[in-house]
Amino acid sequence: MPSVCLYFQVHQPRRLRRFSFFDVGRIHHYEDEAENRRLLDRIAHKCYLPANAILTELIGAYGGRFRLAFSLSGVLIDQLQRYRPDVLESFRQLARTGCVEFLAETDSHSLAFLFSAQEFGEQVLLHAGRIRELFGQQGRTFRNTELIYNNDLAEAVQEMGYRVILAEGTEKLLGRRSPNHPYRPAGCDGLKLLLRNYRLSDDVAFRFSERSWADYPLTAAKYAHWLHRAAQEEAVINLFMDYETFGEHQWAETGIFPFLRELPGEVLRNRDFCFRTPAEAAEAHAAAGEIDSPGFVSWADEERDTTAWLGNAIQQDAIRALYALEPQVRRRADAGLLATWRALQTSDHFYYMCTKWFADGDVHRYFNPFESPYEAYINYMNILDDFEQTLTGTQENSHGTDAR
Amino acid sequence: MRVLMFGWEFPPRMSGGLGTACFGMTAALAGLGHRITFVLPQPGEAAAAPFLELLSAADRSAPGSEGCEPAPPGFTFRPVPALLGPYLTGGDYRQRYLAEENRFGQGCGVYGPDLIAEVMRYGRAGGAIAREAACDVIHAHDWMTVPAALNARRLSGKPLVLHIHSLEYDRSGERVNPEIRAIEREGLAQADRIIAVSHRTRRMIEELYGTDPGKISVVYNAVSRSEAGGVYRVERRAMPRTDKVVLFLGRITFQKGPDYFIEAAALVLKALPEVRFVMAGAGDMMGQMIELVGSRGIGSRVHFTGFLQGKEIERIFSLSDLYVMPSVSEPFGIAPLEAMLYDVPVIISRQSGVAEILRHALKVDFWDVADLAGKIIAVLKHPVLAGEMAQEAREELRKIRWETAAERIAEVYRQAVPSGPNA
Repeated sequence: MPSVCLYFQVHQPRRLRRFSFFDVGRIHHYEDEAENRRLLDRIAHKCYLPANAILTELIGAYGGRFRLAFSLSGVLIDQLQRYRPDVLESFRQLARTGCVEFLAETDSHSLAFLFSAQEFGEQVLLHAGRIRELFGQQGRTFRNTELIYNNDLAEAVQEMGYRVILAEGTEKLLGRRSPNHPYRPAGCDGLKLLLRNYRLSDDVAFRFSERSWADYPLTAAKYAHWLHRAAQEEAVINLFMDYETFGEHQWAETGIFPFLRELPGEVLRNRDFCFRTPAEAAEAHAAAGEIDSPGFVSWADEERDTTAWLGNAIQQDAIRALYALEPQVRRRADAGLLATWRALQTSDHFYYMCTKWFADGDVHRYFNPFESPYEAYINYMNILDDFEQTLTGTQENSHGTDAR
Repeated sequence: MRVLMFGWEFPPRMSGGLGTACFGMTAALAGLGHRITFVLPQPGEAAAAPFLELLSAADRSAPGSEGCEPAPPGFTFRPVPALLGPYLTGGDYRQRYLAEENRFGQGCGVYGPDLIAEVMRYGRAGGAIAREAACDVIHAHDWMTVPAALNARRLSGKPLVLHIHSLEYDRSGERVNPEIRAIEREGLAQADRIIAVSHRTRRMIEELYGTDPGKISVVYNAVSRSEAGGVYRVERRAMPRTDKVVLFLGRITFQKGPDYFIEAAALVLKALPEVRFVMAGAGDMMGQMIELVGSRGIGSRVHFTGFLQGKEIERIFSLSDLYVMPSVSEPFGIAPLEAMLYDVPVIISRQSGVAEILRHALKVDFWDVADLAGKIIAVLKHPVLAGEMAQEAREELRKIRWETAAERIAEVYRQAVPSGPNA
């Protein structure tokens, strides 16, 4: 019986404040709290609260037949705890239905796996602890930041006890094979890999309101028909997307909420179909083969690689400078300093430095609080400069970025 | 199309970006098959522009004087003796006029007694060229050519395209010369089509002169690649230097914001005492700037080169680690593009037209000296940043071509001449 597997990524970065060279050594808090608060309130209002309400209602209405997964970054959890406990409570309410799986990820929504095995492991543990505490779940499924994935990651994640891992269903991994089956990562026998069906996912996430699209307007019935057609002999259709698709990337005016509300009914209209969470889907279906990914893939841009964060010299310079501080951070054994260093690891900071302007670049610019990637780099390096001075003890430790 | 073009400077005799722009633009227009007769208000040496016919308006003022040299097919280039330079103020002009008078012992009889009178005289002489130089469209650059262009339009009945590279408000801020403003207003009102070098300039034309927005087109300038670039780049890499060099290149006048450059330099030097600042150019604020440098106590770190030309400009670009254009009001600004040709990263003010098209440049508000200083420091401190900007800029420059600008200008010509050119 084919499953539909829905997973929504829920993340908002903690954006950095404008930090001039002349602030170095003088100001030691790095976050633009007012702006982050403003954006969080907006997204809570436009997306999280209305979408959570709809999902809660749907889960109630379908009595366990409608199921889905969320991954909440630790960075978002920080902000919800601080500013919007009501939103966090609405996620907890969803957790209590028993129909929602909460996935594991790096707490700082970081690229730590590419730079520090120790830091990666600690962040995953940290995040797992918070998920357990908030939602009462012991995660079985891992998704790395931006679905960045390779063989080594799969092995590391299996080692940590996870049973399922997610990645992008790109041809780079699949060749001509279908994304609609679980696979076995090369070198792993206790881990299953679920691959995002990017065409069907992006039909909602990107194309839903595009009037020039041949299939505009997209209705739940039409979409469910595609799912029913696509999955005749296949196991699981993985629809992975940012949660902000609902109400923020696709505004309420586009009809995205009625679409969401009607989707489960339309899918379940075909009695052969059901919804499963990633852990359930992986358990229900056998692996269709092995996926070998020596290089990194991600769900970003046309390239489906890591160049959105590490594609140019300034991004590489900034992130190397950040991870070069790890020994000093650990030596100081100071919770505040560690938290600050982790806050600086969030992938968005490097995304803002991306110079792939054209085509994909438009998306980058839309989400960039900086006027240019160069400004993002300069700002970041000034902050890192101040942080390093603090670390080396040339300054008082009076850091204010720790959210906990 | 046959174009009768009125300019005021052209290489090798020039003092600003207008000459550079006219050179690149006319070369590209000629490349598209247009035939251009270029009228210039100064006695020119042979310009390095085989594609142009240079016309002298001076010859018109003295009936019976010898005609022009036979020009290569398609182009005529005629200088008009006049004391005009593009960026003269009334006071400057008076000085030049008196100097010429001294040179000739008495009033030379050629030049008018003040700037406006001189512009009018050039207008009569230059406009008269339209009687014999057959053309389909008249293309004039900025206020000084307006009387000549209007005269030519009246005599020939051909449409006028007025190309605005700079307005009196850009050059003088609130202290505008009312006569110049009046000439601009007249030209903008009479012109059949107007070309603005940026949306910034288009907005100013609409807001300050109430011009019909429907007849304004924006055509961005571009930059010509010169052969010398490569040579100097090699020299730059070969030469060991410890001190980083930050360059200001432009007229040292209100419009260019030289004082913001110096105030930023003072801030930068507190953090990075080894940096050198070069102010290349001349202008009416030069003395004031030298005093400012003195009062900030940074005289040993700020160098004034005076006015530079040709190879000297290429050389100073090639020696620089960063180019800064802190203009208070810059309709376009070609110099940053030239800097980019030399792999020099650039910081430009948001109050410039070129900021509308450049992505791989850092931008500041001209008054935000601390922001400017912070960005100068960042580029000097992080070679990776400078390298990334230069590399991306090289790619960006490929798309900023005079050929593209010329195509858009030709489109404006076609709009001005709706029935197509007469034979």
